[in-house]
Amino acid sequence: MSAMAAPAEAAASNRILEIRDLNLSLRDDHGWVQVLNDVSFSVRPNEILGMVGESGSGKSMTALSILRLHAKRDAQLSGQIQFDGHNLATASEGRMRRIRGRHVSMIFQEPMSALDPVFTVGEQIAETVRRHFGVSRKEAFERAVAALDSVGIASPRTCAGLYPMALSGGMRQRVMIAMALVCEPKLLLADEPTTALDVTIQAQIMDLLLELAQKTGTSVLLITHDLGLVAETCDRVITMYAGQIVEEGRVRDVISNPQHPYTAGLMRSIPDAHRPRGGLSSIAGRVPSFRNMPEGCRFRPRCEFVEAACSQTQRLTETGGHLVRCHRARQLSLEGAPA
Amino acid sequence: MKLPAATVKDLHVTFGGTVRAVDGVTFTVEDGEIFGVIGESGSGKSTLGRCLVCLINPSDGEVRHRDVDPFALSRRQLNRHRRRCQMVSQDPNAALDPRMTILQSLCEPLNIAGIGSREKRREKAYEMLDRVSLAAEFANRYPHELSGGQKQRVNIARALMLDPELIVCDEVVAALDVSIQADMLNLFSRLKDELKLTYVFISHDLRVVSHISDRVAVMYFGTIVELGPAREVMDRPLHPYTEALGSAEPKLAADAAERRGRIILQGEIPNSAKPPTGCRFHTRCPRAEARCSGEVPATRELMPGRYVACHFAEEMLARHSDTTTIRPGDNGARAATAQPVELRHDGRA
Repeated sequence: MSAMAAPAEAAASNRILEIRDLNLSLRDDHGWVQVLNDVSFSVRPNEILGMVGESGSGKSMTALSILRLHAKRDAQLSGQIQFDGHNLATASEGRMRRIRGRHVSMIFQEPMSALDPVFTVGEQIAETVRRHFGVSRKEAFERAVAALDSVGIASPRTCAGLYPMALSGGMRQRVMIAMALVCEPKLLLADEPTTALDVTIQAQIMDLLLELAQKTGTSVLLITHDLGLVAETCDRVITMYAGQIVEEGRVRDVISNPQHPYTAGLMRSIPDAHRPRGGLSSIAGRVPSFRNMPEGCRFRPRCEFVEAACSQTQRLTETGGHLVRCHRARQLSLEGAPA
Repeated sequence: MKLPAATVKDLHVTFGGTVRAVDGVTFTVEDGEIFGVIGESGSGKSTLGRCLVCLINPSDGEVRHRDVDPFALSRRQLNRHRRRCQMVSQDPNAALDPRMTILQSLCEPLNIAGIGSREKRREKAYEMLDRVSLAAEFANRYPHELSGGQKQRVNIARALMLDPELIVCDEVVAALDVSIQADMLNLFSRLKDELKLTYVFISHDLRVVSHISDRVAVMYFGTIVELGPAREVMDRPLHPYTEALGSAEPKLAADAAERRGRIILQGEIPNSAKPPTGCRFHTRCPRAEARCSGEVPATRELMPGRYVACHFAEEMLARHSDTTTIRPGDNGARAATAQPVELRHDGRA
């Protein structure tokens, strides 16, 4: 990964998004706490980039940082988020408003909480169009209907007049996708877009999402806890743990040859009819609290391969074809999925 | 041999006279078995589970716990009978009172049932905490101080307080991270062995159900479309719906060929007030033919212990025997039977 090239030029040429040393601190009742630690990665044109990790690993925080959706008073952002020639970490609020929904849009896990219950879905999609393109109400509504049609809703005009509560979970998520892609953004942040859905509906939605992204030339950052989903849909994958990137590489490489014990642990935890009952290997313990982060490798307290040297700071280095934050990566041969 | 832990015969549950949530379901849950129920939302699996623990009255048909018909009992007798069948549900937050300590929550079932002295109840609570691998100091904490996985452990401990025989687990791991999920599944199988429990394990997640269950029932629109030993049903599905569920499940080892062969079901479960005629699945079924919309397929036992309700089950069985031996873990065998099918979104072919 030649990600260390001059960021500004790289962003202009073959990177949609270039994030350098992103640090995020949030404030709660007990003071400030750092939740993202030197996160650096980039998204290429037309790429589907997966981001996996448990709850609390910092996946959603990364996405929210890109759109600067944290409350200003309670969040401190540092580092570079280069997008379209601007550093989103320091861009003005006015610039952010022009970017959100137009050039970078986001889909959330629970569509019901992202849709406004007192407006019809047609009105909500049209609002996005009007804000960014300044077209007439009528024209915006027509574009909303066209967007609903493009996400495979059988009678888009009727659907446009419905309130979110009248729709099923799968339909709501289709509406969210229509809204996110109506302005043909360059980058779509999809945060667990199918987690709340049945597996058959998940397959429909993922298919639709990928097809539309390809059509509009949109790159996708797919945040999920489901490594299977990543294996099937993404080009590259990033594993996050406790606010840091611990592994990054091409999906096939990572899945068939995981280098970080955490990635391997996530893969082995997936239940399977062919593993003996009661014999699932899980990852002991849980994600440490950000106030109580262990020194050195943050995964150390849960890692089965821990040794004394693990208490030293671990760097993300290239090992076996991808980036890994584990000094033992070369010595371990971790079980992957058959390629 | 002991009587089955639960026997369900032609069970119907109707809401408001029109919505048939469970529509003629028959099965037995053997003593000491883990019986899995898979289905999408709206398939009636939770209603079935609630009916099994007597939280909903059936509109028709029969539920028996061993030789007892719980719905024939007097109110007083039923309340006493309830101790034998408990339920653990999906949302660990909703199931715990935020103003009660974990110890109080655990003792509550015993208080209500009037079992044991205060001392004995607390002793039992600590024993159950230990069983679910929670340290004793959790007893004096409040739910908000616990993580999702820990809360779910408390719920399990509480379900165990009355020494039940049958536990209905309704989407118990759905809200948990995959590593915590693995821990919980291991815990469930350990408790089953230690306490000689019988589970009905309800989930929409094929991987979870097929991993933990001895036998599974696949539900669609209030009916069981396929029933059989878990591994068999996963590896050689005999109903197009089961096949589609397995195919839709994201797989780590998926390759491009398999992805192309994947069956993507179009549409969603139809409106429950207006069930489709004939086979309920025909509106979304990739194999549907004319007879499917007219004729309800009978449930047949195609192999010992394997029940299917589909007009084409025999064909599917024949094709499975053609694909020679199926190696364990071989997903390719399943993909080979999957024909890419294009359907319009409204579900009509």
